[in-house]
Amino acid sequence: MSDPKTSSSANSLFTSLKFQRRAGIVIRWIIAVILIIFAVFPVLWIISAAFNPSSSLATQHLIPENASLANFRTLFNSDVFPFPLWMWNSIKVTSISTILALFVTTIAAFAFSRFRFSGRQNLMKIMLLFQVFPSLLSIVAIFYLINQVGDVIPFFGLDTHAGLILVYLGGAMSINIWLLKGFFDTIPRDIDESAMVDGATHWQIFTRLLFPLMRPMLVVVAILSFIGTFGDFILARILLRSTESYTLMVGLQIYTAGMFSQKWGVFAAGALLGALPIMIVYLVLQDQIIGGLTQGAVKG
Amino acid sequence: MNVTGSAKSTTPVAYILRLLSLLIIDGFLVWFGYRQALLGNYTLVVLLAIVGMFISAVFLFNRAYPLRWMAPGLALMIMFSVYPNFLTIYVGFTNYGDGHLLTKEQSIIQIEKARYLPEGGSAYTWTAFKSDAGEYALWLLDETGVGYLAFEGQPITQVQPGEMGVGELDSKGIPQSITGYQRLNALLAVADPNLGEIKFGADENIVQIQSPSRAAAYEQKYVYDPEQDAMIDQETGKIYFQVDGTFRTVDGKVIIPGYQAYIGIQNFKDFIVSPALRGPLVRIIVWNFIFPLLSVFLQFSLGLGIALLYNDPKFPGKRLVRSLLLIPYTIPSLITILIWRGMLNPEVGVINRMLSSLFGANPAWFADPWLAKFALIVVNLWLGYPYYMLVCSGALQSIPSEIYGAAKVDGTNIWQSFRFITLPLLLVSVGPLLLASYIYNFNNFNLIYLFLQGGPPISGAATRAGHTDIMISYVYNLAFEGGRGQNFGLAAAVTLLIFLVVIGISLIQFRYTRMWEEVSENV
Repeated sequence: MSDPKTSSSANSLFTSLKFQRRAGIVIRWIIAVILIIFAVFPVLWIISAAFNPSSSLATQHLIPENASLANFRTLFNSDVFPFPLWMWNSIKVTSISTILALFVTTIAAFAFSRFRFSGRQNLMKIMLLFQVFPSLLSIVAIFYLINQVGDVIPFFGLDTHAGLILVYLGGAMSINIWLLKGFFDTIPRDIDESAMVDGATHWQIFTRLLFPLMRPMLVVVAILSFIGTFGDFILARILLRSTESYTLMVGLQIYTAGMFSQKWGVFAAGALLGALPIMIVYLVLQDQIIGGLTQGAVKG
Repeated sequence: MNVTGSAKSTTPVAYILRLLSLLIIDGFLVWFGYRQALLGNYTLVVLLAIVGMFISAVFLFNRAYPLRWMAPGLALMIMFSVYPNFLTIYVGFTNYGDGHLLTKEQSIIQIEKARYLPEGGSAYTWTAFKSDAGEYALWLLDETGVGYLAFEGQPITQVQPGEMGVGELDSKGIPQSITGYQRLNALLAVADPNLGEIKFGADENIVQIQSPSRAAAYEQKYVYDPEQDAMIDQETGKIYFQVDGTFRTVDGKVIIPGYQAYIGIQNFKDFIVSPALRGPLVRIIVWNFIFPLLSVFLQFSLGLGIALLYNDPKFPGKRLVRSLLLIPYTIPSLITILIWRGMLNPEVGVINRMLSSLFGANPAWFADPWLAKFALIVVNLWLGYPYYMLVCSGALQSIPSEIYGAAKVDGTNIWQSFRFITLPLLLVSVGPLLLASYIYNFNNFNLIYLFLQGGPPISGAATRAGHTDIMISYVYNLAFEGGRGQNFGLAAAVTLLIFLVVIGISLIQFRYTRMWEEVSENV
């Protein structure tokens, strides 16, 4: 956005413009480097800590002196903190709830996009309204509810993954329905109309025609909602009670309690393993995710 | 296409299948609701009735065909998202919490299990046996000379010699041996410190040693009288009337546990009247408004600044810079918050080691209220700016470049074109996101709780409260981490206050969005 200066001499205009551009780039790079240090430093530090065998906060240098996998070994062999189990719990709970949530939301979005019925607009608005009240605000009530459900059906009660998944599913509808409906709206209705003429049912249109067309967008929504659920802390924290049923995020938090400075290295290794998959997904699928973001999805 | 979305003519088989599955679902809901009603969870029963009627209507009437597609999602949403919101309101007016966790029905069952040792109850003479593992057995003889064998936690049974390892009886009717156990002589038994404490038997029938010669059976202490809605103490004859979910006598004695009961606006009164509750709450509310304001302003400013600086397609290495600056966004925020906590650790964290070696400073990030707040804002800036970097980059590209050309003709400088063109147009699209982000940070529990658990603590507070606590983390402390017991009712009442604030901001957001839409139409 540099303003060309009015100058009598074409030559001096040229040099000053060129000089301004160069200087501008240099200054911007200097700012960029400072910002990048701010952005990347914690990440570098955690990588360094993960490979630093002396597991204490106090004795850490950015480049560890004798890097080793000792922290990772501790992580996987600890009896007190079953890290692999937590990782498995997280992946299990997140995958199941993502797939189920996507299923119920997609069929609902299909109906919102393709059918016209009275109350359609209002129903959509109600969904938006409940997005304003995140489940975070009703933690007390959710705890109370799951406790009651568990009195009769222990399988869905407190300290069960099934109960946690139910709660995640309850919040799924209001979060993604607008995004998915928007995606359905981008597919021309002529496609389903011609199929209708050929005698296809709605279900056939949905499964054979629209679903394959939607697949790339569904992948993005699935990833976003996977990341959101994977990073959830509070619901898992209040509903899961025993160490064996913890998800990764709840488990990692234990490391930081009490003797944080001694468990720093092990925590770092765990944090790295927890963060790495998501980080890779983000950086590889940067453009698709940003596309999804600008259409209204919010990071959890 | 069938735009009304009604069902096409269905085959009889499909229709019967639909009815059958509906029958199964409704049958399950009725069974579940019945079991919940037995436990006294009537709000849940109402919910199940609503969900059941909704599903039945949707699958029975063809007019509701489009809703069939949404039925699973809507049913889940009603149960686990809509209902908890209303339940929060209900809980806010109850005393649900430690000491009042059960429903009235459950609590009566619990209280009626209490036993007491009557002076003149059915009595036994006793003989003690002890195993090598240190477990006790008691041989009981009632007045008619019938023998019983009693262990801790197992029902007392009438035993003949030869059964359960019991040997021949001696002249007094006491077995000479019990397999695996040694008989204790009377002196040893009386001197044994454990023996008198043990409750032998199980369930209704419990016997305890009262004196060297006598063991007595326990009897039910409280009996519920539905007519008076009161508990009657069988031992003393006192009557405990129910008051706000607790059975209590006129002179103030109470029975534990109490039960959940509607207590009106007591919770709200509590934190308005009690200075120890109100003091921290006022501070927390003030900080709760400032924290998201500062966070969002700084995140947006930095994000916008980066977008402006590096949006230039001619800038070399633009993509690299963007990827590196995006990194904070790509790590689950929970993990990075904990990493920052480690780095800022005043004793051993890397930041203080650098600060002390460079400037000799050693700021107490975790102990000083202002430093803790400052650190929180910096961490939140780190967490949040990439989002605005992304959003602003997108929004800047959508501003047509002709506008700048026209402005240049009018002689504006860079600052003026930013102030009067870029910023207003940007706020059209980003403004609602800023408000959404304000709401998000208003309830940013993860950051507050994971960074310092709300600390450093406010001294003199009646419940656990810290200088960096916001309302939602204060609620969490009240509900789940209370050092003085969990108080779900009070927590829900504070949540209702948060609801009001969120509704207020959402209304502003709604009006703001419309306002800026009008502005953009005029440009």
